[in-house]
Formats: sequence, C-alpha cells, structure tokens
Amino acid sequence: MSETATATKEKEKDLLQPIYDDPGVMKGLEKLDEATIERVINQTLEAEGGARLKILVETCVHCGLCSDACHFFMSHDRDPKYAPVGKVKQTIWEMLRKKGKVSKEFLMRAVQVAHTECNLCRRCVQYCPFGIDTAHLISLTRRICHKLGITPQYIQDTAHSHSATYNQMWVKEDEWTDSLFWQEDESRDEIPNMRIPLEKEGADIYYSVIAPEPKFRTQLIYQAAVIMHEAGADWTMSSLPGWDNSDMCMFTGDLEMMGRLKRRHFEDAMRLKVKRIVMGECGHAFRSIYDTGNRWDAWESMPVTIQHSVDFFEELLRLGKIKVKTKIQEKVTIHDPCNIIRGRGLQEKLRTVVHAFCDNVVEMYPNKEHNYCCSAGGGVINCGPPHKNTRIVGNSVKADQLRETGASIVVAPCHNCHGGIEDIIHANHLGMELKFLGDIIYEHMEKPDAI
Amino acid sequence: MHDLYAFLVGPLMWAVAIVFIGGLVWRFVAITRLARKKDPYVMHYLKAKWTLRSWGAWLIPYYPRSMRMHPWVTFFGFLFHIGVILVPIFLLAHILMWEEGALGISLWTMPEWLADVLTVCVLAGCVFFAARRMTVNEVKYVTDWTDFALLVVIALPFLTGILAHYQIFNYKFMIIFHILAGQAALVIVPFSRIGHMIYGPMVRAYLGSEFGGVRHTKDW
Repeated sequence: MSETATATKEKEKDLLQPIYDDPGVMKGLEKLDEATIERVINQTLEAEGGARLKILVETCVHCGLCSDACHFFMSHDRDPKYAPVGKVKQTIWEMLRKKGKVSKEFLMRAVQVAHTECNLCRRCVQYCPFGIDTAHLISLTRRICHKLGITPQYIQDTAHSHSATYNQMWVKEDEWTDSLFWQEDESRDEIPNMRIPLEKEGADIYYSVIAPEPKFRTQLIYQAAVIMHEAGADWTMSSLPGWDNSDMCMFTGDLEMMGRLKRRHFEDAMRLKVKRIVMGECGHAFRSIYDTGNRWDAWESMPVTIQHSVDFFEELLRLGKIKVKTKIQEKVTIHDPCNIIRGRGLQEKLRTVVHAFCDNVVEMYPNKEHNYCCSAGGGVINCGPPHKNTRIVGNSVKADQLRETGASIVVAPCHNCHGGIEDIIHANHLGMELKFLGDIIYEHMEKPDAI
Repeated sequence: MHDLYAFLVGPLMWAVAIVFIGGLVWRFVAITRLARKKDPYVMHYLKAKWTLRSWGAWLIPYYPRSMRMHPWVTFFGFLFHIGVILVPIFLLAHILMWEEGALGISLWTMPEWLADVLTVCVLAGCVFFAARRMTVNEVKYVTDWTDFALLVVIALPFLTGILAHYQIFNYKFMIIFHILAGQAALVIVPFSRIGHMIYGPMVRAYLGSEFGGVRHTKDW
C-alpha cells in the first residue's frame, strides 16, 4: 500500500473514532441486519422522500459550489469529505444509488456525517446556484438513522426526555415551578416588588424558554423577568408542560415527537389565552416553532403569534419601554445565529439592540445572513462529549473570525451558539467573554424599581 | 444521402421534438403532482413575488456572493448557458430550417460571428468544466463518468456544428453527425441531470419563496 493510501486510511480511521465511543450508534448497529437496513431505508425514502428529495437529488450537477459555504470544509483544509455535496454523497446519494442495500460500516460513517459534521445551518443553500437544500437531505438521513435506532446517545437522551416530560432536560414539574419561585425570591433583594407571574390567564405575553435555562442558566430567567418587569410587560410563564420551547426531536428525526412538542407548546399558550409567545434567546427552538414543527402539525399559520427575544428587545427599545443607562466601552463583536438570522432575518434588529448598549462594535466578516455557524447548532453539540472535538476542530474559521475582530466581548443571542463559541474561545485561547443580549440589557438598562 | 438528410430533419426531428418537449412537460407535471401529493407545504409557500426575486438575483452575473467567490465559474457558466440556449434557436441555418420546414415561421437570426463566438464559448465552457472536475478536489470527489458524459453530449453538437459550418473535414458526414448529435442531446435532456433546465428554476422558486416569505432573508 502506498504511503498516501495508508495516510488516507489512517485519516478515515480517525474520522470514525468518535463513533466507536458512542453507544447510541454502536449498540444500535449491533441490533441491525442488512434486511432491516434495506427495508427501513426504502420505506422511509418511499413514504417521506417525496418531490423534494427527488428534485433536489436530480437537479444537483455536482459543481461543488456549495463547498466554500461550509465551515467544516474550510476548517479542514478544503477536504472534500466535509463539503456539503460531499456529505450528501456519503449519506443519501449512496442510499438511493444502492436502493437501501448499504453496509453497517457505511451507516457508521453516515451517522457521523449527518449528526456531527453538519449543523443544518443552511449556509450552503445560499451558495448553491439552484438553492439545493442540503440541510433537508441531511435531515432526511437523520430521520433514517432515527428509524434504524442509531442516533448518537446524548441527543437521543434529550429526545427521550422530550417524550417523557415534554422538556429537554428531565426537569420535573415541581422543579420547574420551584426554579421560577427561587428566581422570584432572589429578585426581592434587588427589586422588592418583582414577580414572575405564573399561570396568568389572558396575559399579553407567554414567555417560554428552553429547559437548559432552569437547569443550567437560571440567571437568564431572572434577567428576562427583570426586563419584563421594568418594561411593564403584561406577561406570564406556564406551570405545565409546554413551557419548554426546545426541540431536539426535530434534529434526531423523531418528527412525530417534534409535532407533539410544538402542539403542546402552542396549546399551552392558548390555554392561558395569551396574545403572543415571546421566547428566550434560542435559535433552534425558534426554527422548530416557526419553520418546522408547525409544518408537521399542518398549520397554515401559527395559532399564536410567535416572537423571538431579539425582536422583542428591539420592540421594547423602539417603544421606549426600556432605556439605556450605561454603555459598554470595550470592543464588542456580534455573532449571528443561523436560525434567527438566516432563518428569520433578525440581523438588523440584533444590531439595533447591540449598538444601543455598546459604543464600540466591530463586525466579523462574513456576517449577517452570510455568517459562519457556531458549529454547535443543528443538534451537533447535543451529541455530547464523544463528538466535542469534531465541532471545535471543524470550526477553526470561526476562531479566526473571532480573533481578527480583536474584540473582548462576543454577543450571541442563542444557547447553542453560546455552547459552541465558548468551546471555540477556550480551545483557541481567545480570552473573549460571551454574552446574551439579556446579560447586556439587564446590566446596562435603567431599573427604576431597583433598590 | 439526401434521403437520409430528409429523414433526419423531417420525421426524426419531429420525434425528437416530441420526446424533448413532452419529456420536459412530463417531468414538470410529474414533480408538481408529487409535490401536491406528498409535500403540500411546498405549494403553500410558493409565491410569485419571491420566486421572481430569486430568479432575478441569480440571473444577474456576479450579484450573488457565491458567484463573486468563483469568478471563473461564473464567467464560463454564463457564457456557456447563453450559448447553449441561444445558438440552437437563433442560428441562421436553424432558422432557415424552421422557416422552410414544417413550422413555416420566421424568427430573428443572430449574426454569424456571434454564433461563432458563442459556440466557442460553449466549447470553452465544456473544457473548463471538465478540467475543473479533474483538478478541483471537492468537485472531483463528487464526479463520476456521467458528469463527463453530459459534457460530451453538450459539446458534440456544437463542435460538429462549427466544423460543418466551416466545412472542415467531410461536410456531408459532419452535418449528419451534427444533426444526430444535436438530436441525441435533446432526447437525453429530460432523462438526465440536464433536466436541471426545468428543475433548476423550480428548486429556486421554492427556495426563494422560503427565504423570502418564511425566513425573511435573501437566498443569494
């Protein structure tokens, strides 16, 4: 064997390594036989492939123009295995070409590609001359993996949590309300008359968060409550399942569960007869509620108006409901989360809010709807520790972007982006501080009710 | 020889035209029906405003960021496609056939020099794309023999056409070869990835509608 061939083999072995550490995939594969694989793949492609799969696969002229859009490709020395079309070749093309007769080794690589090397950020869609939706093709691969029972363990655990508790983090009902009471109690030291309204029927706003907020980042609920309070908002939170707007099932391909989650979320808001749902700073949840889950539930439009907090904060500023007290003087840069920028066009509103509170904003390029993904989104960070390095090494372009700004603070209004960028900052010793909009607003707004 | 020529430009051309146009119509109808049946939201989100915006943006050379990142692909891509579409329709010799043949219609014809230039552009495009497939890693990785075959299918009618026009090699042989190559290309279109001439705008229409109407952002 030539040296190059040996090196390539070694590299491929490295690529597969993290999958061996993932019992979700390996135990699942053990249970499969070739007949089952073939049947499941063909059934799924037949039943759910539809016109989109057909037209996307048949239109692609293999030009490779999507490649430069992908942070994985750019970060891996332009290795074609990481190009969007290269990922499609390693997944759905092969399944179609072989009519489902694929090996377990193939599936091992396909799971890895679909779950850990693509963030479904849809940047490549913007760079394809036809607009071929690679994210849709990779999602379909994940759907097949889900049906085969070979989803990475950590993200499957969150999907199980969704189906058992209607939230992502196994938060029990009493733990949830307890967290809210706890935050309300904490706030009395700062704002004596502050409440976190619970179960307030007919409120203007139903505020929903993702389960990691009560679990790990409870201060975000505190901050949001202070902002709501000081803005004089008529708002409420829910005490029942439905309060969590997150959706890992959308990313694992458990679409049935995705539909149930979104229905519960909206039904809970309707139960409280609110006028609108305002959701916390999360990108994937917004995608799920606004773009994906609602389609599965076959709703022509949202049963309750949905508003992302970036949009909401901009509204509060515009209407003078909150006022700027102090401004950050350090150099600040803005990270544009895919799901609310490329997914909802909130880039200018995000900048309005950041500029209102920061005097020294420096952009990283490309930015806005052409941003590079944080490499954590699309459920990749949720695949857990075995795949951590995949996303960090696979996004050195983001590290370069961040470094070039020379900023000391990064603003990213999305939970996944926080997870991903935090790891990139640490791994590359960038020494930057990461903030949510809520962090900035809470710290630098006027708080007339505060002691 | 004359009989063969008459057959090629007569009955066979009709058959080819039926397969070409019928094939494209069939592909359009079949995919639309499938979308209605299995992906109803595709039809729901499809909007003329965003479709036209997206088509417009991608028809302007170097307007989308993707095109600016790949200046040479854009350059050859545009010239190639302009040539592929315009030359077969507006070439003087072809127009004469429309006029004298069964259709009996007269169309604007392009100057011969322009036809020559565009033909060279098409051939240069084929060479450029083939070279790119062989040398650019990310393209090479997803290329198989069918990608080269499609380039040959497109290049042959243009190559034989210009050779016949300038009577290089045996004219009679070359013109027969040219007609057959052109007809083969037309027949292959609906059954190959060249079908992107009908699917491409459809994909972009949907994607443009999603980006414009749902995601409130630009798709270029």
